[in-house]
Amino acid sequence: MYSEKVMDHFMNPRNQGEIPDADGVGEVGNPSCGDIMRIFIKVKDNIITDVKFQTFGCGAAIASSSMATELIKGKTLEEAWEMSNKAVVEALEGLPPVKVHCSVLAEDGIHQAINDYRIKQGLSPWEEKAGHAHGHDDESGE
Amino acid sequence: MASEKTVYMDHSATTATDPEVVQAMLPWYSQSYGNPSSIYRLAGISRVAIDEARAKVATAIGAKPDEIFFTSGGTESDNWALIGTAFSHKGKGNHIITTAIEHHAILHTCEYLKKQGFDITYLPVDEYGQVRMEDLKAAITDRTILVSVMFANNEIGTIEPVSEIGKLCREQGILFHTDAVQAIGNVPINVATMNIDLLSLSGHKFYGPKGTGALYIRKGIRIDSFLHGGAQEKRKRAGTENVPGIVGLGAAIEKAVRDQDLKTSRIRDLRNRLLERILTEIPNCRLNGHKTERLPGNINICFEFIEGESLLLLLDHAGIAASTGSACSSGSLEPSHVLMAIGVPIEIAHGSLRLTLGIENTEDDINYVSEEIKKAVEKLRSISPLYADYLKKRS
Ligand SMILES: Cc1ncc(COP(=O)(O)O)c(C=O)c1O
Ligand code: FES
Repeated sequence: MYSEKVMDHFMNPRNQGEIPDADGVGEVGNPSCGDIMRIFIKVKDNIITDVKFQTFGCGAAIASSSMATELIKGKTLEEAWEMSNKAVVEALEGLPPVKVHCSVLAEDGIHQAINDYRIKQGLSPWEEKAGHAHGHDDESGE
Repeated sequence: MASEKTVYMDHSATTATDPEVVQAMLPWYSQSYGNPSSIYRLAGISRVAIDEARAKVATAIGAKPDEIFFTSGGTESDNWALIGTAFSHKGKGNHIITTAIEHHAILHTCEYLKKQGFDITYLPVDEYGQVRMEDLKAAITDRTILVSVMFANNEIGTIEPVSEIGKLCREQGILFHTDAVQAIGNVPINVATMNIDLLSLSGHKFYGPKGTGALYIRKGIRIDSFLHGGAQEKRKRAGTENVPGIVGLGAAIEKAVRDQDLKTSRIRDLRNRLLERILTEIPNCRLNGHKTERLPGNINICFEFIEGESLLLLLDHAGIAASTGSACSSGSLEPSHVLMAIGVPIEIAHGSLRLTLGIENTEDDINYVSEEIKKAVEKLRSISPLYADYLKKRS
């Protein structure tokens, strides 16, 4: 059902855990199935220097969190904000169509963490793009 | 690397066909392949084989051979029982009573019947998954034509008070159907003493072949034909008989019922030991279903703070086949309707695991599976935000 890449990230999740003194924290719930993802970021000079996640969800959700955190580590906040769930799906070599929404959760979690950071810095939060792909009719990436 | 070992604990999904059953089926493919409806000798022996299988199925449930009709499995038997009686009794009324925890073969058939103008009542169940007699009594009206309550539930293993329901329905002159797909070979069944009018069974759940089943229809019950065509199955279910499958079904049910006491006491014993180990060694988990009125091989347990599909993936990696009622693994993203009906909160239903043991499981399997579950649950909890919160709250 899942690609080897998904299984690899599921079996050996990267960046799992918590950053106690995080600069930004995002927590999102999956509207489809009720699962929860939490993203912690550490920011220095506009760069995400560290990122960790906690996920209560399916294999695809855990693998997506792992991959998404890998993709934004070392990136600028702008670059991390631009990372879409599609990029996560591609990096995972595809997700079954019913599981694309789990990768959307990772994108949303990162956006929340970045905005939490911005608010704590006294900056205004960034707006979600109109037409933000909420995944369901997206290609599966396969 | 994925494990070389395999431990199958999903016997409620299906079972391996018993090699003896396969042997019994083989001659009916290429050697004795005659169509039972033809008149030459090659056909005659197929007819005899079907009659013998029919007698075996009848004996297994305390019926008479002419009350057994072969079908393609549990789903067809359920569809036929409901649709066939609904339409043939609609002169009397249009009300059908079933339960909230039936298999989709019943529930989706009821949705279809609702579109055809029938009224359906879905009885609730108690926290253990049992129907309450007072709810059933209260639901019956003078338009009620059929009550359909499963013998044993496929997810939580709860056994329903079938005898009581049968007695009540007989007194009230209402037809009683039971989906006994999970019960055959696990629970003693007698359609006569239990006042059952219609009963569905399926071969692949008791080490018989897939795509085989039967519907018991008590003599004298009016029911519409289901498949229209030739004169097979007394014109009630047309189509050239699946002779090898029917022979296999007969061989499997004979063996399942003959060995039932021995087999179920051994499986129940293994199940109890596995359950005991899980409940004592893993914190924050709870058993779903009934403590005693339960299928011998069934465990259904919820582990807090984790999700079931990811648990199944880790177990699969260790070579263990099991199942879950989690929304994430359902395709529809809906949690199990059975766990919802017994009042399990959605987030806890997420962490449900069903293990269903069968004849080939061993003592070693119990040790291996309990260790692997423990490891998998720990691993997933270490990733879970809910578990992190729980630990913080505790400290
Ligand atoms: C309770 C119950 N009813 C009906 C069915 C359907 O049986 P079959 O797979 O033979 O169509 C099943 C099997 O999944 C079942 O567990
Ligand atoms: S988190 Fe529920 S389906 Fe992926």
